[in-house]
Amino acid sequence: MLFYILRRLFLFIPLLLVISVISFIVIELPPGDFLTTYIMSLQSATGELLREDEIAQLTKLYGLNQPSYVRYFIWIRNIILHGDFGRSLQWNKKVTELIGERVSLTIGISILTTLFTWIVAVPIGIYSAVHQYSVFDYIFTVIGFIGLATPGFLLALVVMWIAFSYLGLSVTGLFSPEFIQAPWSIAKLLDLLKHVWVPIIIIGMSGTAGLIRTMRANLLDELRKQYVITARAKGLPERRLLFKYPVRMAINPLISTIGWTLPHIVSGETLVSIVLNLPTVGPLFLRAVMSQDMYLAGSIVLILSSLTIIGTLISDILLAWVDPRIRYGGVAG
Amino acid sequence: MKEYKSNIFEEKISKTEEEKIYLASQWQLMWWKFKRHKLAMLGGWTLLILYMLAIFCEFFAPYSPTSRFEGYEYAPPQIIRIYDKERGFQWPFVYALRSEMDPSTFRFKVLEDRSKKYYVKFFVRGESYKLLGVFNSNIHLFGADGGPIFIFGSDKLGRDLFSRILHGARVSLSIGLIGVFLSFILGLIIGGISGYLGGMIDEVIQRTIDFLISIPTIPLWMALSAALPRDWPVIKTYFGITILLSIFGWCGLARVVRGKLLALREEDFTLAARLVGASEWRIITRHLLPSFASHIIVSITLAIPNMILGETSLSFLGLGLQPPAISWGVLLQDAQKLAEIALHPWLLIPCIFVIVTVLSFNFLGDGLRDAADPYAR
Repeated sequence: MLFYILRRLFLFIPLLLVISVISFIVIELPPGDFLTTYIMSLQSATGELLREDEIAQLTKLYGLNQPSYVRYFIWIRNIILHGDFGRSLQWNKKVTELIGERVSLTIGISILTTLFTWIVAVPIGIYSAVHQYSVFDYIFTVIGFIGLATPGFLLALVVMWIAFSYLGLSVTGLFSPEFIQAPWSIAKLLDLLKHVWVPIIIIGMSGTAGLIRTMRANLLDELRKQYVITARAKGLPERRLLFKYPVRMAINPLISTIGWTLPHIVSGETLVSIVLNLPTVGPLFLRAVMSQDMYLAGSIVLILSSLTIIGTLISDILLAWVDPRIRYGGVAG
Repeated sequence: MKEYKSNIFEEKISKTEEEKIYLASQWQLMWWKFKRHKLAMLGGWTLLILYMLAIFCEFFAPYSPTSRFEGYEYAPPQIIRIYDKERGFQWPFVYALRSEMDPSTFRFKVLEDRSKKYYVKFFVRGESYKLLGVFNSNIHLFGADGGPIFIFGSDKLGRDLFSRILHGARVSLSIGLIGVFLSFILGLIIGGISGYLGGMIDEVIQRTIDFLISIPTIPLWMALSAALPRDWPVIKTYFGITILLSIFGWCGLARVVRGKLLALREEDFTLAARLVGASEWRIITRHLLPSFASHIIVSITLAIPNMILGETSLSFLGLGLQPPAISWGVLLQDAQKLAEIALHPWLLIPCIFVIVTVLSFNFLGDGLRDAADPYAR
């Protein structure tokens, strides 16, 4: 087990490197360097000019007088050594200051959504497989298909409209107005829990639909196997028979799907949070790419992608922990 | 061959029919099996209709996507009626629209005017256009006698939403096809190399695919499409977006190609071909490619909706195509604000088109997947 985890960790480092290179490409893509834009924006906003030595200092800090690969190393060095992702031009603040709380909300919503999809999908998948071709199986299949076809942000638009026009509710945001600026407290947390389920359901919709289908197919495959017939022939109660082996077998491949559902959830979260105007990284990211605030945008790409990869890594380890065949065999890798 | 259309797996098939099944080519078997999948057939027909509407949108749309009707801003969808109290059932008609000041909000609002009727006319002469860019014509499928007709309502500039949706379908539906074609070429080449050569190269390519699948695409698409220069002409942006979408789209296809190649490489018929001295090229093109063509078609069909959704999301956010270009995502830009949709919910109609298209592709792909292996069961 330890060896397996070490092996996965070892494979994980090059992935992080590649992600950081891609994020840096994102930063470097727009024409012109960011310092000139920064000086210009500062000048037009406040009318003050940066002093020569200040410019020189910033130039040196971000290595703007050097080739891009050097700048890349400076950027990475600042992140690793000082936790400094660079400066946001638009907000004239450090990137870390801007995204700190938002990133934790994004992580929170993504994890809750993943849990939600599992809690909903596994029981429904089991039910659909055991009662194959029953009325509810058909209903769930149809809902599943529509859920798969409806992207989260469109669903968010429709939900927002229905809630507003017919129920008189506003489902945007994560907090009630009085809590937006308030420091964290129990009351604020409760307020968050009151609002957070709408985005969770919307983001989790397509993932849930996909998981139901996978769970149903896996379990159907298992139920057709001979050991199930043997167990039934020996007189094992149906419920015990179902949960003792086939369900456990069917859930294992599901864990490996986290690897591709998590990126979907993060992507969906980005879009849905823009539509619903949630205080997560989504809306901030959109504004950053719109105004070519590239250190902010690149850092968000880096953080979101790294977090997704870490999530996948955890799911891989989880799978190895649950399924000894992967721990000892060469299935993964 | 009509008599075989119903069910090839029926038990009571006569001798001659049985022979037909043995003699049928693989593609015929697939077609027979595919036809039994009702949802897939439905999806196929829906897509055919949608693509026809998109190709001949100038004819099906009553107006051009840019013509404005002043005084008809934000007109609600008109319902085509065939019944009224005075005259009972009659030729389809719509009530006229008039704009009126709302006494409480002091805003102009377009309302139905029950006193005036416009009868729907078919094959009316209207704005002239070039069908397929070649034939000059001014005939539109339908129009109203006397005034404008907005079956899906109109937007903030008084443009007909139905016409705009049909014109937008051109971009939205074609971007999926072109994007998939690019991913298909990439996937075929990279997957082919990976599966056929194996070894170190295979390992590197597989790790790359693992990587590309495991990062969230939307943030990257957003960042990259924002880097496309704003002053590019529409057609250039269109191809820019398509290329962006296919950069991440080829992975799934490459997987399928590689997996199938690895499996087929070990098959007896490949060995036989090699023993009689067939060249590598001949083995690949004559024996291997046809064997997994059906699987490729399935993967392609299931990849198209992702492309369409990608373009829609990007354009919706204002990062993809920009007005004056029209796509379903661009149309949905108008529906971004809650205030807009609350007052003018018909601006959400493009959503229905997106969902129906994606659903149809999924059904079609599902049916194709079942049919791709006609010998199963």
